[in-house]
Amino acid sequence: MSLATQLPALQVAVPLLTAPLLVLLRGPGLAWAAACAASVMAFVIAISLTASVMTTGAISYAMGGWPGPYGIVLEIDALGTLVLLLVTGASTAALLSGRASLGLDIDAGRQHLFYAAWLIVLAGLSGIAITGDAFNVFVFMEISSLATYILIAAGPDRRALTATFKYLIMGTIGATFYLIGVGLVYMMTGTLNFADMESRIADVSDQRPILVAAGFISVGLALKAAVFPLHLWLPGAYTYAPHVVTAFLAACSTKVAIYVLLRFDFFLFQDNLVGHTMQFAVFLVPLAILGILVGSAVAMVESNLKRLLAFSSVAQIGYILLGASFANEAGLTAAVAHMFNHALAKGALFLAVAAIAMRVNGLRLQDIAGIGRRMPLTTAALAVAGASLVGVPGTAGFVSKWLLLQAAFAQGALGIAAVVVVIASSLAAVFYVWRIVECAYFGNAQAPGDAAAVVTEAPLPMLLGLWLVVIANVYFGLAPELPVSLAESAAADLLRHVP
Amino acid sequence: MITIVFGVFLLTLLLIVAIAIVREQDLFTAVTLMGIFSLLMAANFFVLDAADVALTEAAVGAGISTVLLLGALALTPGRERSIPKGRWLALVVVTLTTLVVVHATFGNPRLGDPGAPVHQHVAPWYLEQTPELIGIPNVVTAVLGSFRAYDTLGEVIVVLTAGIGVLFLLGLPGAVGERRREELALGRTYLSHHLVPQVVGRLLIPFILLFALYVQFHGEYGPGGGFQAGAIFASAIILYALIEGEREALTVISPRLLVWMMAGGALLYGGVGVVTMLLGGNFLDYSVLAEDPVKGQQWGIIVIELGVGITVAGVLLAIYHAFAARGR
Repeated sequence: MSLATQLPALQVAVPLLTAPLLVLLRGPGLAWAAACAASVMAFVIAISLTASVMTTGAISYAMGGWPGPYGIVLEIDALGTLVLLLVTGASTAALLSGRASLGLDIDAGRQHLFYAAWLIVLAGLSGIAITGDAFNVFVFMEISSLATYILIAAGPDRRALTATFKYLIMGTIGATFYLIGVGLVYMMTGTLNFADMESRIADVSDQRPILVAAGFISVGLALKAAVFPLHLWLPGAYTYAPHVVTAFLAACSTKVAIYVLLRFDFFLFQDNLVGHTMQFAVFLVPLAILGILVGSAVAMVESNLKRLLAFSSVAQIGYILLGASFANEAGLTAAVAHMFNHALAKGALFLAVAAIAMRVNGLRLQDIAGIGRRMPLTTAALAVAGASLVGVPGTAGFVSKWLLLQAAFAQGALGIAAVVVVIASSLAAVFYVWRIVECAYFGNAQAPGDAAAVVTEAPLPMLLGLWLVVIANVYFGLAPELPVSLAESAAADLLRHVP
Repeated sequence: MITIVFGVFLLTLLLIVAIAIVREQDLFTAVTLMGIFSLLMAANFFVLDAADVALTEAAVGAGISTVLLLGALALTPGRERSIPKGRWLALVVVTLTTLVVVHATFGNPRLGDPGAPVHQHVAPWYLEQTPELIGIPNVVTAVLGSFRAYDTLGEVIVVLTAGIGVLFLLGLPGAVGERRREELALGRTYLSHHLVPQVVGRLLIPFILLFALYVQFHGEYGPGGGFQAGAIFASAIILYALIEGEREALTVISPRLLVWMMAGGALLYGGVGVVTMLLGGNFLDYSVLAEDPVKGQQWGIIVIELGVGITVAGVLLAIYHAFAARGR
């Protein structure tokens, strides 16, 4: 059996089994190097899987050689590979550039444990993206969540612990709700395999447990995905986590939950619950719109840089859901493409914040005043990534926002309202990004000759990693074929399961 | 009929204990009630013929987690801070959720109905195929160890992650940061001054260890396996630590060894997967481990169960020691 056929298993196994090795390794440098090696390998595997999915279509892999539904089968399709690329890419970029920053936050004696937890998060999120089994999703959700709590608790501020605790409670409720839902579906269908569930769920005589399951699964995953108003854990977790961890998590962790939500909704529930297309839109559109408005509004007045960007994430999750709630090809394409592009923009922004935080005390807007003169490369990266977040033409953010607007225009009266909301929140984004950029370039450092005077550019690996992501933002803005074609086939995949 | 009576009796008690836990302000009492809750739960699982789950619940829920919670309680105030108001919203949400679940149960198949979907689809296949494909009498072990071995690997990683988290946040005496080793040397716990628990405990420990080994290696035939065995093994060592003091327990199993157990068990499990890949099978396809696929399956299950047991024991002990070192 060749290596290529084993890639789906290796995608998860490489980081999953490197993690216990890291626990045994002494020396932070070695642990970092091993974590990077595993993450780069995972990224390479993800690229190769994407290539084969794009040329030959979806891949299945029977774990333990047992066929579904008796064993666990990995199913990798276009949507899954897009999420895989996000997860492994974000982890690799953050790890490669973040060593120095993490070294400031975490003392050397504990770093090997930290990197082990990092790889477990990577393995957990990748595992969710490629599995074809509902219970397996839960197992990997537990793996990634538990390890994520460790990463966030590593934050330098003691408030990281309370933020983690809040996230832990909310995340556990989310996972439990998901499990209750899966249990109900299992009770009525006798299977845990997605494909098998789909074929059996239509024959279920009493739809009440399935309806309740749909509710539990949707609410549980919405908690994990920080869908408004279940986003309360997100600002604290993003703000107090180590900066590089925020870059990693903000880029991919909520998207993985949205991925599972879409998968359940389109593969299982829409087809089989009476009037479900309507319910999906009825619940999701107002939440998406409220999320966009509230997230943007809070970001406009927030003065802590990381908290500001975290609230912007709440709004961006709203965009993704808004696209998905149209439940047609254009809307889903926009939603999936926005998952990709927002990850690029937000990942770059948080990496820039990490770079700034290495040189400046505090991350309030007045703390970064005048930083543009002392850290020109970092600030320029921040500005370009900010432009991508706003959706300036020529950046990745523009592509998916344009797709979203087009999809909304085709929706009639409701669509026009959505267009107005998207444009209003884009203007809000212009405002809050401009506040950061203005402060960085034109603000006056409060205490000249003080700490600000010795501020120099961030270390080279950090700059390289940051600019790589920023260049990706511009590249995928000018040549958006890869994410858009993946998003199109993902949308087609999702809609194939709906009559 | 008798099952129904038992079931109703146990569930009623469960409900009473649950309400008591929520209402209890004294955390020590609440933790004790939690232990009772788990024991009732274990009895419930047993009544439902889920002996493996019952054993796990008894060992982990009633045993180890009570000890760990008490260890954590040594670091916190003993009484819950009362929250004066703001609970009505929570009450509304909880009530609504309960009503929704109750609504779902109206569509349930009857308990134990042989025509229910869960008994019609995958389950019969497992029951029919296990003797042929795996050749062991305990179907639960076959599902957990082979058919869904990937999930079980995930669960082992969850346990390992818990261990990593506690070590990362609290540290292990002597392992991370060389903290408080001298202080530990002074610490003989209060139980060491009590003759009766000391004598009885010393008598019990060898039998508990023997039972752990039995549960570990008999899991293919009867209820049991790595998770339960690891927890029982850990509880024997924790009992030793309570009687003789943590320092003695740490000389028996050193902090370094604990870390090796945590990681080693998971690596042993994952290593089996890597070996099956190298031998040309899929990840965790044990059939390629021996000439006869059934033999290969049995070898695979024995080795991965051992990995599970080692990691579970290592993590539970590490967590216990981390809390105990903080507590003084």
